[in-house]
Amino acid sequence: MSITLIIFWFLSFMAIMSALMVVFAKNPVHSVLYLIITFFAIAGHYLLLSAQFLAAVHIIVYAGAIMVLFLYVIMMLNLNKETEPHKKPIIKFVAVVAAGLLMLTLVAAFKGAEVKVIASADASIGSVESLGKVLFKEFLLPFEVSSILFLAAMVGAVYLSKKDLH
Amino acid sequence: MEIIKGIPLNYYIFLSTALFCIGALGVMIRRNAIIMFMCIELMLNAVNLLMVAFSRYLGDSNGQVFVFFIMAVAAAEVAVGLAILIMVYRNANTSDTEVLNQLKW
Repeated sequence: MSITLIIFWFLSFMAIMSALMVVFAKNPVHSVLYLIITFFAIAGHYLLLSAQFLAAVHIIVYAGAIMVLFLYVIMMLNLNKETEPHKKPIIKFVAVVAAGLLMLTLVAAFKGAEVKVIASADASIGSVESLGKVLFKEFLLPFEVSSILFLAAMVGAVYLSKKDLH
Repeated sequence: MEIIKGIPLNYYIFLSTALFCIGALGVMIRRNAIIMFMCIELMLNAVNLLMVAFSRYLGDSNGQVFVFFIMAVAAAEVAVGLAILIMVYRNANTSDTEVLNQLKW
């Protein structure tokens, strides 16, 4: 077993286990912390796939910004208690069966799929330099449009969280 | 690099499938709107991971650029979504989706 395969299994195990803990943890704060572990495992996968730029952006955006926002909201709404109401057992059972069937269907669909792989693919496409070139040449317009999206999101968030809307 | 020879692309497909299904399970099983939000993030990340894997195995950098845009959209979505959630909490004093069923008929 090669070292990459061992790292792959370790990161996958970590990602799936902590993802399950996100769903099944009683305390919302614990869910957030497990989700951060999942994100770090996924960032490790990005590094394994030699996408260094995305790994860095992933950690900065998700672990740094989004999860802090989640934690902040949970603390602000004072939801960090274990006495959260739960769904009825029958609904939980049906949900687990439904998710299991979805998983079964997708795995069965992808099992026989022949995926084309280019063995001589260039590993340097994930570097900051080459990705930056693609981003600012071919995708310049979408990049600028996303700044408008951010502006709209910012205005919306500020407006929505104002105390007296009327 | 050795990753293409070391790990079949199918492994990444199944890993992403598993993560996506866990996210879907979380949306179905939980009542807290914030946790449901986090599970949606989990599903987005499963798709991102698959996109990066395909981009790497096919040697095409467009996939990674799209992952970058998905991250931007996810950040905007979370900001607006949590603002809506705070406003709902202020009005209804709960983030429980079983109580917030006013739009249902």
